[in-house]
Amino acid sequence: MFDLFANALAFGILGLDPISRTGSAVHFFIMDVAKIFVLLVVVIYIMGLLRALVAPEKVRAFIRGRPDWQARGLAVSLGAVTPFCSCSSVPLFIGFVEAGIPLGVTFSFLIASPMINEVAAVILVGVLGWKLAFLYVLAGLFVAWFGGIVMQRFRPERWVEDYVWKIQMGETTLPEPDISFTGRHRYALAEVREIVGRIWKWVLIGIGVGALFHGYVPAGWVSEHLGGDSWYTVPAAVVLGIPLYSNATGIIPVAEAMLGKGVAVGTTLALMMSVAALSLPEMLILRKVIKWQALALFAAVLAVSFTLVGWGFNAIV
Amino acid sequence: MKQIKILGSGCRSCEITANVIAQAAKDADVAIEIEKVTDIAEIMAYGVMSTPGVVVDGKVVHAGGLPGPDQARAWVQD
Repeated sequence: MFDLFANALAFGILGLDPISRTGSAVHFFIMDVAKIFVLLVVVIYIMGLLRALVAPEKVRAFIRGRPDWQARGLAVSLGAVTPFCSCSSVPLFIGFVEAGIPLGVTFSFLIASPMINEVAAVILVGVLGWKLAFLYVLAGLFVAWFGGIVMQRFRPERWVEDYVWKIQMGETTLPEPDISFTGRHRYALAEVREIVGRIWKWVLIGIGVGALFHGYVPAGWVSEHLGGDSWYTVPAAVVLGIPLYSNATGIIPVAEAMLGKGVAVGTTLALMMSVAALSLPEMLILRKVIKWQALALFAAVLAVSFTLVGWGFNAIV
Repeated sequence: MKQIKILGSGCRSCEITANVIAQAAKDADVAIEIEKVTDIAEIMAYGVMSTPGVVVDGKVVHAGGLPGPDQARAWVQD
């Protein structure tokens, strides 16, 4: 359906040549814009109706006081279904610390949350198929689980800013959500407006980059340099992803174009995770609660895990 | 007069929330006092982790995400 629409618009109305570079780039762009934005709106609306998005206050209440492995399992899985805005990471961090949740568990949550979410997962299935979506989610859960454990080993408590320990969190009962159909519908619409309003730029940029890659990068060059035979492509992808930031949905069209040209699966996954989870703005926000040593460690642990995951997939697939 | 506090460390959504509430009060012709709380310790003291949060006369009525205009209307009226 989206293919027909993109064909009609790119080759029919704009009159571009389907085998030209510009033609295939424009076709990719139109098709992905239509497909991803339709999926985004539909998925967020449905999640909103089901009220499937879990608020961090609830996550905190669920996790506190549980044994380590249970807490981590909950942190990782709830991180995957919690809508994440980097502007919330500071209160979230403090709230977890105040509840006595181990820092390693908090880091597991902070890794899982931006990297995996159900909206991105559904769009991954729609754009890249369920196999790759499954691999991405699995890799993300794995990195979040073990990344948190490794962080804990380094006793990150010593790098938490002093004032964080002193904050006392109040107890409030948050207002009960309106669960009538009208209430759910209104909530779902607001959720669509809020999330799409926040991420549309990243998604458009991602589709633009994907379209350029799809149209202008020759497949021969890709298979020669990024085919997965040389060891350094995975760490290079991770390093490239650190200064680049996009959200988990925005990176999907880039991955689509890369895989289409024959970039190895592990290399693509490594870049996706690095772009979604490791970002400078996010780090600078976290700097308010932890010292730079902990940030450097956090970045290093993630970069190493993404590289290992990338190599692993390149070796298997 | 209603005391309304907007909890949030200065992200864009917090600005928008403050504007939505100010507009609702103007439309309803109700005098309110809006205070922006940006200190993280004070925000957490309300038990709120997801910003923006809204506090009306000391009671948390909203946490996380932009409030709708009808919600804002309900807060400024009695």
